[in-house]
Amino acid sequence: MPARDNRRPAYISRSSLQTLLDRLVSAGYACLGPTAKDGAIQYQPINNLNQLPRGLRNDQEPGHYRLRQADDERLFAWNHGPQVLKPLCFAPQEVVWQERQTESGMSVKQSMPATKPTAVIGVRACDLAALKIQDQHFMRKDSTDPHYQARRDQLLLIGVDCAESAQTCFCASTGDGPALDGGFDIGLAELADGFLIWTASARGTPWIEELDQQPATDDQLAEMLQATENAAAGQSRHLPNEKKLTQLYQRLGHSRWLDLSKRCLSCGNCTSVCPTCFCYSYEHHTAITGDSAEVVRSWDSCFSATHSEMGSFQVRSGIDQRYRQWATHKLAGWQEQFGRSGCVGCGRCISWCPVGIDLTEEVQVILNEGSRDV
Amino acid sequence: MTRKPKLAVHKFSSCDGCQLALLNLGEPLLLLPELVDIVHFAEAGPLDPDAQVDVSLVEGSISTPHDVDRIKQVRENSGYLISIGACATVGGLQALANFTDRDAWMGQIYSNPEHIDALQSSSAIADHVKVDLEIPGCPVNSGQVLKALRDLLSGIVPRSESQSLCMDCKRCGVVCTLVTKGEPCMGPVTIAGCGSLCTSLGRACYSCYGPTPLVNDQPLTARFSQLGMDEAAATRRFHFITSHAPAFKSAGERLKAEEE
Ligand code: SF4
Ligand code: SF4
Repeated sequence: MPARDNRRPAYISRSSLQTLLDRLVSAGYACLGPTAKDGAIQYQPINNLNQLPRGLRNDQEPGHYRLRQADDERLFAWNHGPQVLKPLCFAPQEVVWQERQTESGMSVKQSMPATKPTAVIGVRACDLAALKIQDQHFMRKDSTDPHYQARRDQLLLIGVDCAESAQTCFCASTGDGPALDGGFDIGLAELADGFLIWTASARGTPWIEELDQQPATDDQLAEMLQATENAAAGQSRHLPNEKKLTQLYQRLGHSRWLDLSKRCLSCGNCTSVCPTCFCYSYEHHTAITGDSAEVVRSWDSCFSATHSEMGSFQVRSGIDQRYRQWATHKLAGWQEQFGRSGCVGCGRCISWCPVGIDLTEEVQVILNEGSRDV
Repeated sequence: MTRKPKLAVHKFSSCDGCQLALLNLGEPLLLLPELVDIVHFAEAGPLDPDAQVDVSLVEGSISTPHDVDRIKQVRENSGYLISIGACATVGGLQALANFTDRDAWMGQIYSNPEHIDALQSSSAIADHVKVDLEIPGCPVNSGQVLKALRDLLSGIVPRSESQSLCMDCKRCGVVCTLVTKGEPCMGPVTIAGCGSLCTSLGRACYSCYGPTPLVNDQPLTARFSQLGMDEAAATRRFHFITSHAPAFKSAGERLKAEEE
């Protein structure tokens, strides 16, 4: 799939990216970049390109993730690790307010996160598509989540085209990648030797103005387009189109759900790594003295026992019901809520499922189709 | 409240680790006596094992005839009884001996085994008396114990944790050892509460905290086998610290049968 945004890229050398990093750091930005840590790509504070995963590739298959060293200088030739943007905006666990008993009653104080301008380097098209959905959910016009927004407002997003796909990627079928298409501030396409760079927002523009840029050559532009086309062509998994996905509602009695209950552990890894899943629960952490409490919000999952509890009654006690809830809500229900399916085709739920359950395969069996979209 | 509720901490067959975990609480432990009268807590000092109390915390499993009588008395003396830790909730590590010929083992280990008055099995408190709340762990998460006490003081029915360890790992940003290293991790079927202690150090979970409420062991053991683990080793994953939790006991027995 060709680049779809109206990009006008210029060429910079690989080392010019360090200049960008230096400028961000000296302007007080926290720079989060991809690093290889504990066997996976993880975003950590960086200030030097040497910290990036030079030459690393990711092998991702159902229930399987490995980093592999290749013999080149590419910094972004992997696809993703378990997390990137979701925990930066929707914190895995945070105190949202504090309660204190006073002489005149109870005082409630909102606790806002300490934030600072944060640049995230190497964000993918699927991550940005997911962020857009999370924005829709947490920053609704009629009610905005202040904790989410406080973090979100600080983000400067430096995206990068995917020049290769992991075996679990299927963003081409959901229309969310592998080329960047909006939602970022600065775009990058990695070439064999250097980068093409462009701005996609007023916020991004000043940062690249003084970099040592050269006009992109036709060959470089062709290399950029070819890379994302190759990445898309390399994807073997796919999800049916959104209209077809709404038919999941007609398959609520499909035997595959029960079959899934024999294979799924109900562990919640899939929803935790999913960049669009947004369920959370609140808990009171009361001081032992009983006169103050912190109210803590944590990531929850529709695979948790308590997620569907009403009083002491569990609406979805079986794993078949939980998986069905997840898949039908994400792929069909979200279309009514958000105007699109909740899946951006990143494949994380496939790679990070300990038993390697493949959402695309399950959906195809349930919709009773062959290996290609109909 | 006119009088402070009375609290007792009782010990049965155990290593005292759960009591130590309570002692390790720090500041909240110093505040606790302002709220409750700790009338019996041998590890900390107060001794009055026969006191009538509002709440008892019970550590350890039942492994001697004397234990059987004593737990009945503790139950009678307690308004609300909480069993804490792997020993009290599922029989503990010592329940592994339930799978063996005890008398033969004792004969091999002790020169005068006739002096030992032990039951044929080590079992959970709830196998003998009614238990109002179980808080798992080896050792127990003392924060969870404190939370239960606070709930009781506030008139709230305390609840046990039910999420998998995986949820905790993901929230803490701990990378999955099963997916990245092919380690046979028990996290997906283990209850959260340890704070991802082993997994955050890159080690697979051994399930000190025992099973989640809904254990689907078959797909996990099939995965262990794909990762190269034989049935005997997989059995030992389930038959370890919490071997007598029903879901783990049956999983291990199934694996043993498959091995034969
Ligand atoms: S699909 Fe996989 S990751 Fe999700 S709950 Fe089931 S076993 Fe866990
Ligand atoms: S459902 Fe799976 S593939 Fe789709 S966005 Fe979530 S984690 Fe990615």
